[in-house]
Amino acid sequence: MSNPTPLDGPGLEEGKTMVADAPAAPAPGREGRRRHAKKEAKPASLWTDAWHDLRRRPMFIISVIIILILLVMAVWPSLFTSIDPFDARTCDLSAARQGPGPGHLFGRDNLGCDLYARTIYGARNSIVIGVLTTVLTAIIGGLFGIFAGYRGGAIDTLASRITEVFFAIPSVLGALLIASTLRGKYNSILLVILALSVLGWPMVYRIMRAAVITAKSQDFVVAAKALGAGSGRIMFRHLLPNSLASVIVVATINLGTYIAAEAALSFLGVGVQSPDISWGLMIADARDRFITAPLPLVFPALFLSITVLAFIMMGDAVRDALDPKLR
Amino acid sequence: MASGSEPVLEVRDLVKHFPLTQGILYKKQIGAIKAVDGVSFDLRKGETLGIVGESGCGKSTLAKVLMALEQPTSGSVRIGGRDISKARGGELKRMRRNIQMVMQDPYTSLNPRMTVGDIIGEPFEIHTDVAPKGDRRKKVQELLEVVGLNPDHINRYPHQFSGGQRQRIGIARGLALQPEVIVCDEPVSALDVSIQAQVINLLGRLQDEFGLAYIFIAHDLSVVRHISDRVGVMYLGKFVELGKDAEIYDRPAHPYTQALLSAVPVPDPEGREQRERIILQGDPPSPANPPSGCRFRTRCWKAQEICAKEEPLLQIRPGTAHMSACHFAETHDVVHAG
Ligand SMILES: Nc1ncnc2c1ncn2[C@@H]1O[C@H](COP(=O)(O)OP(=O)(O)O)[C@@H](O)[C@H]1O
Ligand code: SF4
Ligand SMILES: [Mg+2]
Repeated sequence: MSNPTPLDGPGLEEGKTMVADAPAAPAPGREGRRRHAKKEAKPASLWTDAWHDLRRRPMFIISVIIILILLVMAVWPSLFTSIDPFDARTCDLSAARQGPGPGHLFGRDNLGCDLYARTIYGARNSIVIGVLTTVLTAIIGGLFGIFAGYRGGAIDTLASRITEVFFAIPSVLGALLIASTLRGKYNSILLVILALSVLGWPMVYRIMRAAVITAKSQDFVVAAKALGAGSGRIMFRHLLPNSLASVIVVATINLGTYIAAEAALSFLGVGVQSPDISWGLMIADARDRFITAPLPLVFPALFLSITVLAFIMMGDAVRDALDPKLR
Repeated sequence: MASGSEPVLEVRDLVKHFPLTQGILYKKQIGAIKAVDGVSFDLRKGETLGIVGESGCGKSTLAKVLMALEQPTSGSVRIGGRDISKARGGELKRMRRNIQMVMQDPYTSLNPRMTVGDIIGEPFEIHTDVAPKGDRRKKVQELLEVVGLNPDHINRYPHQFSGGQRQRIGIARGLALQPEVIVCDEPVSALDVSIQAQVINLLGRLQDEFGLAYIFIAHDLSVVRHISDRVGVMYLGKFVELGKDAEIYDRPAHPYTQALLSAVPVPDPEGREQRERIILQGDPPSPANPPSGCRFRTRCWKAQEICAKEEPLLQIRPGTAHMSACHFAETHDVVHAG
């Protein structure tokens, strides 16, 4: 065996031969091979096992397909529509609230703009806000969680008390407060992300802290300390990889709720501001004439619900797949 | 075996008390669990000291204090003349190279998210000057070979191995830094009986090959017997008897050792017929509140008044050739008793 790094060609090759000859070649320490004789064929880890399990879950497959479509929509909306909703010339005020017809799949909104194009372009802000808020809360909550869980003591007490204060504030109300106070001073999308992150990180913190506290008493952590491993190595090489699963699950579910919260803030007028497009904003604009022209409200609401649901469903499926007890 | 004369490990009056506290805001100490309460011994180069005792008597705590994973309440642990319990930072890290451990449970002692190569290679990443980066993978494969595993399995994860194979991985990790002392805390208790002998034989072979000194902990005298040069018998945080393995097995002087030995299964069926059985009464008392005088007196059939008043010290007693802590120590061959 030369010196293959795990990611290059020879590494893969080696992995393959290993698995292929596993049942035939008896390992030198051959005790108790029967225990894993069946499993040996597939190179398993928690994640590969979970992947095998997930591929058979229709709920997971459907939600992933929806999320992939949404991601493409967010990055290249022009693939879905030739109309640029930011171009005022595509709007025709005299045709406002016109029903679906040729060239205008969903019809037109209050200002006579194409509803389909606006709904497609609305995906971007939802996804950007959802993803960035999730990343930000995962980094803040995750780091605090690791430190507090590993160190305990004063840091833990302080961080835990702070999160309790945040938990006492209803999320949308708190974000509303932050967003309306700082409104106009910053980019509206950035503001939504900040407001939601400030209120969202304690959730990740709690999950991470609990997972780290469970992981840190395990023998492999003691073994690493006995080798002389420093805090950094123990936290990021040993505790983090063993605590990540539950955080990823919660983060995925939260992503859906952040998208819903963005819509709520935009609906209330403190979120994304016109001329930017957001589903929440579209719903707000359409609500006054909902009785006579329901479609301008129904389409963004439908896209919003499906998006939120897709992320929550995916997080749910991943949680079930990562819990060996449920298998 | 016990060849070298200068001790690699000197333990003196080692005490580890875990405080028992009450209250949430004002933590008031209301007592202490006396897990280890005055243990002294030397370990020489290439020697094996077996430590036996019932579960809860403080064996793992002793191991953790020796490894500087717990701070002792008092006493010293000298490795190569320096006290590891007082060492900090870089000095402590350097001293850890000389003392490593093999843990009891092969299922929890290996990080499930790391490959075997990463697990055995971790010592080299922590102590970067031991092996240059380019050599590490080769070193790991050599170590796998040394402990009897297939070096091609370097990219596998722990759960792809059996319990015995995992314990070999743990041993390889302990060997990586070429320590002088390895503390084995019940290294075979979690394994099938058929596999225990293989792992013990491996440890014996490695000892000859690398001149290792072992602290070998077990809760059963029969396991320790094969590998130990000397044996220490522990009861409620103290050694009650300490001596050469033949002395302990053939001429035990302390009633507790005699009771433990009478429970050891003997391979010779005739021996079993003749052997006397000593059944101990009750459970060991709580280490938070040990009996006065001799800690074994609540279960001892020879106990007298003096046993409650005066603590018997661990010393060589008349008529015996090794140390025991009993006012009425007398050698008594339980195993071959006729
Ligand atoms: N971290 C700890 N905090 C409090 N008590 C402990 C701790 N670790 C061990 N003990 C107590 O110390 C005693 C000895 O435990 P241990 O050393 O694990 O025994 P053994 O390994 O011989 O079974 C037990 O009574 C145990 O409950
Ligand atoms: S000192 Fe007394 S109580 Fe303790 S073992 Fe000896 S005889 Fe028994
Ligand atoms: Mg123990």
